[in-house]
Amino acid sequence: MGIPKERLLQMYRDMVVIRHYEEIMAQTYLEGKQPVFNIAAGTVPGEMHLAAGQEPVAVGVCAHLRKEDAVAGTHRPHHFAIAKGVDLKRMTAEIFGKVTGLGQGKGGHMHLFDPDVHFGCSGIIAAGIPQAVGAALAFRQQKSDKVAVTFFGEGAANQGAFHEGLNLAALWRLPVIFVVEDNDYAISVPKQKSTAVASNADRAAGYGIPGVYVGENDLLAVYEAAGEAVARARRGEGPTLLEVKTDRLFGHFQGDAELYRPKGEVERLRAKDPIARFRTYLIERELAPETEITDTEQQARQSVAEAFAFARESAYPAPEEALKHVFVETTSDRRGRHAVN
Amino acid sequence: MLSINADRKLTMSKAITEAIAQEMEQDERVFVLGEDVGIYGGIFSSTAGLLEKFGPERVIDTPISETGFIGAALGAAMEGMRPIAELMFVDFFGVCMDQIYNHIAKNTYFAGGHMKVPLVLMTATGGGYNDAGQHSQSLWGTFAHLPGLKVVVPSTPYDAKGLMTQAIRDDNPVLFMFHKGLMGLGWMTLVKDATGHVPEEAYAIPFGQADVKREGTDVTIVSVSMGVYHALEAARELEREGISAEVIDLRTLVPLDREAVVRSVKKTHRLLVVDEDYLSYGMSGEIAATVAERAFDYLDAPVRRLAVPDVPIPFARPLEQFVLPDAPKIVAAVKELLNS
Repeated sequence: MGIPKERLLQMYRDMVVIRHYEEIMAQTYLEGKQPVFNIAAGTVPGEMHLAAGQEPVAVGVCAHLRKEDAVAGTHRPHHFAIAKGVDLKRMTAEIFGKVTGLGQGKGGHMHLFDPDVHFGCSGIIAAGIPQAVGAALAFRQQKSDKVAVTFFGEGAANQGAFHEGLNLAALWRLPVIFVVEDNDYAISVPKQKSTAVASNADRAAGYGIPGVYVGENDLLAVYEAAGEAVARARRGEGPTLLEVKTDRLFGHFQGDAELYRPKGEVERLRAKDPIARFRTYLIERELAPETEITDTEQQARQSVAEAFAFARESAYPAPEEALKHVFVETTSDRRGRHAVN
Repeated sequence: MLSINADRKLTMSKAITEAIAQEMEQDERVFVLGEDVGIYGGIFSSTAGLLEKFGPERVIDTPISETGFIGAALGAAMEGMRPIAELMFVDFFGVCMDQIYNHIAKNTYFAGGHMKVPLVLMTATGGGYNDAGQHSQSLWGTFAHLPGLKVVVPSTPYDAKGLMTQAIRDDNPVLFMFHKGLMGLGWMTLVKDATGHVPEEAYAIPFGQADVKREGTDVTIVSVSMGVYHALEAARELEREGISAEVIDLRTLVPLDREAVVRSVKKTHRLLVVDEDYLSYGMSGEIAATVAERAFDYLDAPVRRLAVPDVPIPFARPLEQFVLPDAPKIVAAVKELLNS
């Protein structure tokens, strides 16, 4: 495929960061919640939706994005936040509810906003879809070749916002890439019990846009399909709907008993781990020496450790800070004429 | 300097479009989107003439897809644009409320103030023309209740222009709620005095400043939008009977000029709140509570409220007229207030 080695290694590194991040988060989340689980207790309170196993879709898509491109994500946002380049320390601090967090502790893990890399997400299913369409509308009005990506689960493809967003983007030929993460479960309900078609990519036909299904939770397959979709959007040829089969290795949220999973499913999924597969690929194709891969893994772990340390050491916001930031205090800078042209 | 040509009179719809056009000329980030905002000019003429002036790239007719285009307005605002999205009737908010109250209203807060959402959501309110319960509501109390939205409810063309200009320049989401009956539309009953002086030059009216429409000493009548006209008509009637009513137009519900109400009640010692929105849990309760908290000792009589009595807006003329506030009902309520 002719992908530069540096990029392959960077993608491997990003996947390792994500996996390690989610595993450390899973451990950290349990602090103060044992032996009795109380969602409001411990180092990291509140709901926690982890994305371990879904690394290929996040990394394979975001590898094509620039800092200025927009991403609108979901309630399970860590993997694509990391892949998009969200500041890991401030993101972790936000998830801990610390004053150094992206939102100074006002949003938490489902509401991560990093305007520096044009990243946002939402705890409401499918809500980011029309917002990505709007970002793409802005990009076209600004006469740029920036693109907008929205990630959402296969369960979100049954929401009205999905269909409204696809229709608008197709109608206006906007530079949007709709990425369905098919992890097979909308909390407990499997795709075949919620969705009338096997592949959401087929639904693209209803809006006259390309629909692509990528199976196997494979990084390079995602990378290739996303590259095509992003290039198409940058050329002004309109949106693409991309559905990626991926695997959720943890529960819907931490504390989910996962009674809906067939016995042995997680073990089977772990046996075809996409990160291990990609590692083997890099070594067997002699794309990177094992020592370099090991170093990369070490660096990845180090950056996660630093982010968690930063979050732990940071202070909580003063309680009365709750009253701030409902509104910003500014009005228009009146530089619009120059800002757009 | 504002023009002093007092003869320049505009309808509210023309005042609104003039404000939008002037800001669009000034700032290319400002654009309009919504249903029938283009060649139709807005069902209530709130965007008339803008398509001809600015073209289809900046005045965008959308499909009937409110979650889609209002969500898109938010996405565009977060990427540096300054959209004005029209929700044709406020009654339609139910099909897109998630984008409004969970996202437009909250994203700045979630971001710890590090992200602006400069967006105007313009919508039509009010009844009195037999359009029944899904096209006649006011609902400003619902939106004012939810944190994160500024809520503007103008009663005059002058205020509508200045408040729309302010809304477009504000870096926060603003819900701009005009009353269909005050737009000066040829196909509705015209309200006398609702066409008024509007300077040609651009000007902004700061939010959170109530306007004392008429000074008085015996009772304070607080209202917004169409209710202000009913209150003024009632005040003229009451004057003939020797009762002096002060009429306050709040103009914006968020931010709310509580001090103007308190100041007036300390002078008149009596309060009537007139609201075309529902009675319970709304604007009238909020104003009454403010006075109870800050001017209780000044009251000579219990606070009175005149609002839609917690029923959907009915269709038939006698039914609808029965539930909506009007001048005779205000006169009667004030007399009761003075006799209590």
